[in-house]
Amino acid sequence: MRTGFTPEQEAFRREVAEWLDDQLSGPFASIRNLASMSAMMPERREWERALGKGGWSAIGWPEEHGGRGASIAEQVIFAEEYARAGAPGRIGHIGVTLAGPTLIHFGTEEQKRRFLPAILSGEELWAQGYSEPNAGSDLANIRTKARLEDGPNGLEWVIEGQKIWTSLAQYAEWIFVLCRTEEGSQGPKGLSFLLVPLDQPGVTLRPIRQMTGDAEFNETFFDGARTAAANVVGQPGEGWKVAMGLLSHERGASSLAIQMTFRNELQKIIAAANANGAARDPLIRQRIATAHAGLKLMRFNALRTLSKGDNEMLSRESFIHKIYWGTWHKKLGELAMDVVGAPGLIAEGDAYAFGELPQIYLYTRSETIHGGTNQIQRNIIAERGLGLPREPRG
Amino acid sequence: MQFTFSEDETLLQQSVAGFCTTHGSSASTRKVMETEAGYDSALWRAVMGEMGLGGIALPARHGGAEMGHVGLAIAMMEMGRVLLPSPYFSSVGMAAQAILLGGTDAQRDALLPSIATGECIAALAWRGAGRGHEPDVRLDDALRLNGVAGFVPFGHVADLLVVAARRESGEIVLVAVRANTPGVTIERHVSLDLTRPLATVRFAGVVLSQDDILGSGEDAAAALARTLDLARIALAAEQAGGAEAVLDMTVAYTKDRVQFGRPIGSFQALKHRMADMMVEVETAKTGAYYAACIVDEGSDELEEAAAIAASYCGEAFMGCSGNAIQLHGGIGFTWEHDAHLYFKRARADAMLLGDAYSQRERIAGMIGLEKVA
Repeated sequence: MRTGFTPEQEAFRREVAEWLDDQLSGPFASIRNLASMSAMMPERREWERALGKGGWSAIGWPEEHGGRGASIAEQVIFAEEYARAGAPGRIGHIGVTLAGPTLIHFGTEEQKRRFLPAILSGEELWAQGYSEPNAGSDLANIRTKARLEDGPNGLEWVIEGQKIWTSLAQYAEWIFVLCRTEEGSQGPKGLSFLLVPLDQPGVTLRPIRQMTGDAEFNETFFDGARTAAANVVGQPGEGWKVAMGLLSHERGASSLAIQMTFRNELQKIIAAANANGAARDPLIRQRIATAHAGLKLMRFNALRTLSKGDNEMLSRESFIHKIYWGTWHKKLGELAMDVVGAPGLIAEGDAYAFGELPQIYLYTRSETIHGGTNQIQRNIIAERGLGLPREPRG
Repeated sequence: MQFTFSEDETLLQQSVAGFCTTHGSSASTRKVMETEAGYDSALWRAVMGEMGLGGIALPARHGGAEMGHVGLAIAMMEMGRVLLPSPYFSSVGMAAQAILLGGTDAQRDALLPSIATGECIAALAWRGAGRGHEPDVRLDDALRLNGVAGFVPFGHVADLLVVAARRESGEIVLVAVRANTPGVTIERHVSLDLTRPLATVRFAGVVLSQDDILGSGEDAAAALARTLDLARIALAAEQAGGAEAVLDMTVAYTKDRVQFGRPIGSFQALKHRMADMMVEVETAKTGAYYAACIVDEGSDELEEAAAIAASYCGEAFMGCSGNAIQLHGGIGFTWEHDAHLYFKRARADAMLLGDAYSQRERIAGMIGLEKVA
């Protein structure tokens, strides 16, 4: 058991760091240390293309699909250096971490040829169409429907329904949609995993203003939206299996990247506490120390799971990451507010927009909800991690 | 970066786990904890001799197995799971480390091999008998030892005492003194933690020779501080093991116990609490492994890792063992049920080497929080 890296891995770290620093102090200096997820979109699209050109877009993908076949250790290093360099949040992440791996695992050769290169090159961005107004925690209660129809372009899926919380959909070219393709089916049966182009008359987006004041998410309406019959991943009716396989990819190295963001936030909280005297308060000191310890442990929790490789992904501790980081970050938001004090109650300008630290307080309320609420996580941990009896279902 | 067991570590874990399952049953632990010694000498010989766990974190020249602090953490975690009553932590996890870090080569060669085999049981007497953590033993210029050391685990069965004292100049001195030296008296207490009894050691004009002195001044203070950090890391592994044991015990019970026509483990009020326990247990294991790796890798993060592991694992074990009592209901409050043995071990562990607050205050100092404007 060891936590250190080999000299080869350290050399890889330097290579990554140098490339990132070159780019981010040169052509992409304007988006270095960008906190907002929705600002400077044209520059960020260029950034995705630059990552693709440099071969850094999806280093964990197998080489045959355009990745580098990077080891877990190398992916860890890349994620850490990426965040350390102040590189902006990836607008390509849904394609790179979700759509791509799903296609690699479940897609046909034709689908891989069609979609993977454009994900890698940053030419096509993706959005995720899972949640619906009545399918949140109970995701299998999906009502969006699709049927095969012969049209002017041949056999096509025609989609009716509504998805919600589709982040980045206003910038993306494609969305993967989990929808019901067997009339009268219920729950996880009869669902299909469709790939749908967003730029068409049958798709309407409506931004959702969230409690932070921003609008990062959308409602996405499908009203006779169309996609080619071949754009189904896996067999029709087996979309649930594909979707769940995809969720297991979410536990991967990606969680390490957000931890660097967390570290930057914690550094700012420490600086703020030193500046305004909060650092002299013994209780604040305890809470900041707790946050620091918790973040360190988060990293090693992730490394423990990642070190085991894919075949052991379902060991007990692999279930804890989501609830752990969501809860940790929410507490960090509360701590940030207590460190800033009353000045955190006043917006910075005329808009409903607060400084970075109070913003953490507001934003993190979403993180114990999205991607499986803490309550759902506890059910999963208890039932799959500990083998406790399942919840009775209606 | 390979933050998972190597083949050797897996084998070690399996063999210690097997040993502890066989020899660490509730019935045998309860029998042993009622005895004056508080440990089973045959079992002690087996742990140290047969299993060879005494020298696990010692260099080969001192009779060690060179499995490092990861190896020690593995052993402590498995022993913690069953609350194996033995002076292992006291002798191997504390006193031997103090000699290794604070002694001369000659002293290491003389003292460590017999600790590694278990022939000699050693204990570290480092703090006074009050709430504070300062040594309360003095070494005068005529090399006489006077004073009191408190809360020495298994001090009453120790053959050798490693004592932290202050010289008249105020500097720290570490000495090794045989427990049967005239002027040493050791009093075993009825202790909250029934499976790791504490003793008070009194020194009344105990005459030492120069050879008994392991080291003085800054070096000795640093060796003591480091010893305590290593002990915190070993204890963190025990805490993680104990926390996992009470979680497993609670899961098994709540799957079995039926009320309102359902196993009570199917109620969210209970299962969600067990889910939170699992998050703490897994993170505690992570913390103990991480800190042990940091020691073996010679990283300069050792103090930070010790403070993180100690504060997290200590609270995780206390929290989980408290939850175990609650989720067992009335039976969990009885003497007959083992839940209280873990609850009490958790509390004693958390207070033995400084509480979580003091460890977090150390962390606060390490991460640049300023105390004065």
